Amino acid sequence: MNRASFFVPLAAFVVIVIIGFAGFQLGDKSVLPSPLIGKPFPAFEAPLLENASDVRDENDLKGRPLLVNVWATWCPTCKAEHEMLMKIRATSSLEIVGVNYKDQRNQALAWLARYGNPYSFNLFDADGQIGIELGVYGAPETFLLNEQGEIVYKRVGDVNERIWAEEIQPRLKEMRGGGV
Amino acid sequence: MTRLVGLMLLLLISHSHGASTIETFDFADPELRDRYQGLVEEIRCPKCQNTNLSGSDAPIAKDLRATIYRLLVEEGMSDAEIRSFLVARYGDFVLYKPPFRSDTLLLWFAPLIALGVGVVILVSVLRRKPMAGLSEDEKARLEALVEEQKR
Repeated sequence: MNRASFFVPLAAFVVIVIIGFAGFQLGDKSVLPSPLIGKPFPAFEAPLLENASDVRDENDLKGRPLLVNVWATWCPTCKAEHEMLMKIRATSSLEIVGVNYKDQRNQALAWLARYGNPYSFNLFDADGQIGIELGVYGAPETFLLNEQGEIVYKRVGDVNERIWAEEIQPRLKEMRGGGV
Repeated sequence: MTRLVGLMLLLLISHSHGASTIETFDFADPELRDRYQGLVEEIRCPKCQNTNLSGSDAPIAKDLRATIYRLLVEEGMSDAEIRSFLVARYGDFVLYKPPFRSDTLLLWFAPLIALGVGVVILVSVLRRKPMAGLSEDEKARLEALVEEQKR
């Protein structure tokens, strides 16, 4: 057996280790790629959290870029995210629409009264039907929509400074043709 | 003895059917019930990394079980339609068996490619001439030694 072939198993082992390591670096396995990117926001009909007799549908999400944020009072990460949404509301012209997901109406209203309301309006999704249409599997989830009401980007987990600066703002800038 | 084996088998079978499905649905048609059971066993819970819908306690798994029931019983969808309904919203992740598409070709054929590489290596090792690495002098010496042994 010559010297070169002696190193073949070792080389193969190193290659496998590198591939395995690269696999772990690929990112969070719990974040699933959404098949909804590039698709119009799904059709729905839902009452407002603020007013049960005011029913909205997908056409109310068209005409301007906006963030659709799926949240609930039972969701700890939503609490952590709330401050960032308030900041976006205060510093940017980007509108935020809430989807109050599988929540209690009075609790959700009390939350908004207590922590502030960054949403222009909230869809009340008591049974999670909008959630299923959106492929929501864990709140908070946030969707960036363009003027045509198409989903451009989805974030599973909280919207934080990094996501805002690196993922949302550049896409928003592109949509608005340069200016923010 | 046979009885004991039978009991063990029974335990095994009853265990493999996920016991965490709490809610019950009424099925007028036993065929629908079987199809429902098949789908919740087959579809993966999107919140969990490796649990099917029937085995998961996650709220989203419960919602999706109710959705499958609704699509099956109220909307009268076929199994394939229900699968594509879920894939359109949650992606390929919910299917344990990946679809056969151009971007999944590598996934499907990687084992075959690995087998091919293995066969090529094996054949090249088997066909290698045992004296290939030797100089003329060494070959002559080796042949002389072999001849000596034969005598």
